[in-house]
Amino acid sequence: MSDDSSVLSLALRLLATGDDNLYAIIGLSMRVSLAAVGLGCLLGIPLGAALAVLRFPGRTVVTALLNSFMGLPPVVVGLLIYLLLSRSGPLGFLGLLYTPSAMIIAQTLLVTPIVAALSRQTIADLNDEYAELFRSLDLGLAARLGALIRDGRYSLMTAALAGFGRAIAEVGAVMIVGGNIAGATRVMTTAIALETSKGELALAIALGLILIALAMAVNLMVLGLNNFAQRRAYA
Amino acid sequence: MLNPQKLSDPEPDPRGAILPLTAHEITLRLANEDLLHEIDLVIEARSRTIILGPNGAGKSLLLRVLHGLKAPTSGEVLWAGAPLDSVARARQAMVFQRPVLLRRSALANITFVLHRAKLSRQDREARARAYLEMAELEHRAQTPARLLSGGEQQRLAIVRALALNPEILFLDEPTASLDPAATLAIEQLIDTVHNGGTKIVLVTHDIGQARRLADDVIFLHRGRVAEHSQADVFFAQPTSAAARAFLAGQIVT
Ligand SMILES: Nc1ncnc2c1ncn2[C@@H]1O[C@H](COP(=O)(O)OP(=O)(O)OP(=O)(O)O)[C@@H](O)[C@H]1O
Ligand SMILES: [Mg+2]
Repeated sequence: MSDDSSVLSLALRLLATGDDNLYAIIGLSMRVSLAAVGLGCLLGIPLGAALAVLRFPGRTVVTALLNSFMGLPPVVVGLLIYLLLSRSGPLGFLGLLYTPSAMIIAQTLLVTPIVAALSRQTIADLNDEYAELFRSLDLGLAARLGALIRDGRYSLMTAALAGFGRAIAEVGAVMIVGGNIAGATRVMTTAIALETSKGELALAIALGLILIALAMAVNLMVLGLNNFAQRRAYA
Repeated sequence: MLNPQKLSDPEPDPRGAILPLTAHEITLRLANEDLLHEIDLVIEARSRTIILGPNGAGKSLLLRVLHGLKAPTSGEVLWAGAPLDSVARARQAMVFQRPVLLRRSALANITFVLHRAKLSRQDREARARAYLEMAELEHRAQTPARLLSGGEQQRLAIVRALALNPEILFLDEPTASLDPAATLAIEQLIDTVHNGGTKIVLVTHDIGQARRLADDVIFLHRGRVAEHSQADVFFAQPTSAAARAFLAGQIVT
């Protein structure tokens, strides 16, 4: 019991004193996950919008696939990217394995289906509402998509936050393609896994607290966005 | 109310170019039910055509088919003798029975449809504000459109349609949720637009409104055109039993 509380106070001290090692890890986590979310939005929102608006054969199948990709196991994604980037893999010549870039690629693959699937739902609902007006105005595809994305922006931001929550908390993919190299590819989740296995609980707990705080912040932002949008009748 | 003509383009477009509008044996079948039956109509330029009929007669469906939102199961809609093309599309506008407003401010709802006109940002906004004024909504410019009252939404939808400077304007019960003063204001607006040369096709089941506005009346009953005649003739001597009953205030189904 006293052991636990001393570990906890050590963890709090680490956070409060701005331990370099700790903050480097947090910084890399944020950089990798934010980059992945940025790329995931660039790919996922247009993809979701296209699926919502375009009618083409096989659309239902693609949508079902996309929805199931929301739950891709991170270790499997990690393995896939590992195979692509490993020295003997097709993209091995890029020399990206065990770099933050590899981690960003893997997390982008995890985040994109989430953003795309949630965007598709949002934009499909909005399109149901707008479709007749758009037809009446004889708007082209680009104008329609532009208006749908613009007017759905609060829900789309929620989708991006969901993607961020997924990326920042996952351990399997970044572990496999990043390798958890101290000072290079170590992020919060991989550090927690390592420190815990070494019995060094203080750093693990400090990072765990940060992750929980981030998760709460993300959820608060989602709530805040929804409230704001509702109040402005944009939701 | 402003004069909308002040807002139309400097060069007058060749009004009447896409009219008359002809419906040729239109049938619309949805969910295994014939909702419109062999509708034959010639809708001439300029006049105010009122489509009258009880609930569920098919008025909204007919308007959708005429406006090109729904393809008829058989038959065709012709614009000056030709099928709908992008020119004919660009010269018509519609106000839906339930207004479809963008999740944006009232002002932005109008600037949105002005994108087709090649205007500078300032000009576009100035023009949009003039249309808001026409709807007496200038004080609501920045209000999210979906927070406006039902009547305000309806007015916004009407001036947004006018902002397209259409040659033919379809209106589906534009005053159904308005109080008498607002109804009168809308009717005056419709009159002004009509005087500017815009063809009006208006759906209503308000007989008083039909009397006030109609040049000719299409009476729709159970998906058929029960009659199509000049307003004075229609109100004085309706030929169909359904229209006679409807005008007499009896229940028509
Ligand atoms: N998509 C649809 N599928 C099946 N039936 C439909 C569809 N749309 C409309 N209907 C039916 O067609 C009939 C005519 O509908 P419509 O909306 O044209 O009536 P209306 O004359 O405009 O009535 P109101 O005065 O109540 O607006 C109604 O019985 C309606 O239930
Ligand atoms: Mg109707």
